[in-house]
Amino acid sequence: MYKEAFPKDSETNTSYSSLEDMIVLENVSMVFNIANEQLNNLKEYFIKLVRRELFFKEFLALKNISLTVKKGDVMGIVGVNGSGKSTLLKIIAGVLEPSSGTCTTKGIIAPLIELGAGFDFELSARENIYLNGSLLGYSREFINQHFDEIVEFSEVGEFLDLPMKNYSSGMVARIAFSIATVIVPDVLIVDETLAVGDMFFQEKCEARIKELIESNETTVLFVSHDIVQVERICKKAIWIDHGEEKMQGTTLEVCEAYRLSHGN
Amino acid sequence: MALTANTSLKKDLFILRQLISKDFKLKYRRSVLGIIWSVLNPLLMMLVINAVFSFIFRFDIVNFPVYLILGLTLFNLMANSTSAAVTSIIGAASLIKKIRVNKLLFPIETVLFELVNYGLSLIAVAAVMIFWANPTIVPTLNLLFLPLLLVYMVIFCTGLSLLLSSLAVFFRDVIHLWNVVIIAWTYVTPLFYPIDLLAPWMKAIMQFNPMYHFVTYLREIALWGNNPGLMENLICLGMALLTFAVGLLVFKRTERKFILYV
Repeated sequence: MYKEAFPKDSETNTSYSSLEDMIVLENVSMVFNIANEQLNNLKEYFIKLVRRELFFKEFLALKNISLTVKKGDVMGIVGVNGSGKSTLLKIIAGVLEPSSGTCTTKGIIAPLIELGAGFDFELSARENIYLNGSLLGYSREFINQHFDEIVEFSEVGEFLDLPMKNYSSGMVARIAFSIATVIVPDVLIVDETLAVGDMFFQEKCEARIKELIESNETTVLFVSHDIVQVERICKKAIWIDHGEEKMQGTTLEVCEAYRLSHGN
Repeated sequence: MALTANTSLKKDLFILRQLISKDFKLKYRRSVLGIIWSVLNPLLMMLVINAVFSFIFRFDIVNFPVYLILGLTLFNLMANSTSAAVTSIIGAASLIKKIRVNKLLFPIETVLFELVNYGLSLIAVAAVMIFWANPTIVPTLNLLFLPLLLVYMVIFCTGLSLLLSSLAVFFRDVIHLWNVVIIAWTYVTPLFYPIDLLAPWMKAIMQFNPMYHFVTYLREIALWGNNPGLMENLICLGMALLTFAVGLLVFKRTERKFILYV
């Protein structure tokens, strides 16, 4: 049903076969140029340019990552802060373009990278549902159809027409999560978003993600610092350290090794 | 292939509509007169400038209030849309960093939003033409050229907006610089004074000012009831397309790096 409601990108493919590759990363590297000094000024820039003093320090955020995620897989990504997990997710979500290597994805991607991106807090929740929905690629008819469903799941009913700046961060997260998961996406990217909202809503989110997983329609990429949660939800995992792949395999193996490396 | 391109366009159009309606709601939220300001603003501005130029500097222009408001509103369409567009990419930073979205939409949205505002200010223009004109202006069929002029304007403003919004990502100086450029441009465009006042060499240079052509085009069709002619149409279209091409080229070549600088 969502297929016609959700416009596909030109690269996407609508034919499904079992165990199809949903995400294929080949030798993906990401290099950031860190300027030695901040140059936000035309004059400075041209002086440096003329003097040939424009030096950049290169920072490799990801080094030759290759990864294949098949349809229905639930892949956890673990690693310490700054290891490149979010960069990887952003490349898969199509927000960042890799410096080298290729990243191919299929189908609809629902990025739960940072909940509430694209909300305007001066607007009411009702208005934001349409705004955010349009940014996620939903059509007007689709939002109209599922509007009640979104509101019901987020449980913010009575505050629906209040400007969102008056909302608590938990309520914002509820709405964002509800909008993003109202479809059955082909790929769901979850980046520590479950750490917001109260306990009950966290459980509800996890239940919804489980539901999506069990439908076997959705491929899930899951990033969390909560190793127990990764073990509970994921089937496979990849461990990234300083931008390099340290290990790839079943969740149990990877999480075990990850734990050992940190001495507990 | 054609089908998928179509749906992607549909998606972008829906985003555009949402962004424009958002801007509209926010612009007039908590103001008593609300949307009436879009009409009142050009009217009041015209009154102020009209007062200045009727008492202090006097030009021999028939129907000066009409002459003034036609030029002012059209110039403001360009000035407002480009001034807003300069920061459109920077302002959408949180979105660009998190969601895959066609970045072209942001500068385009500012232009279309101002176009809607311009549409509303036409009410003020019409009011001045009906109640202020002495001698009375009889609208001619040439007024039907207005949509065509607006197409030129939108192409032109979009081109400028694409250029400015992408440059501003890398050099924030552009934001400040553009304010000054707009002020200078206001004075080098014959908005308050007649072109005949200028020395011949100035008139020659004026030919390179796109806003001069657009404003004159509008006065020809709305005030003087003349047919703009093929040549003038070609000049306006040419300037618009050239600006658009440059803007689009710069934008497309730099948009991949936006996320690293916003």
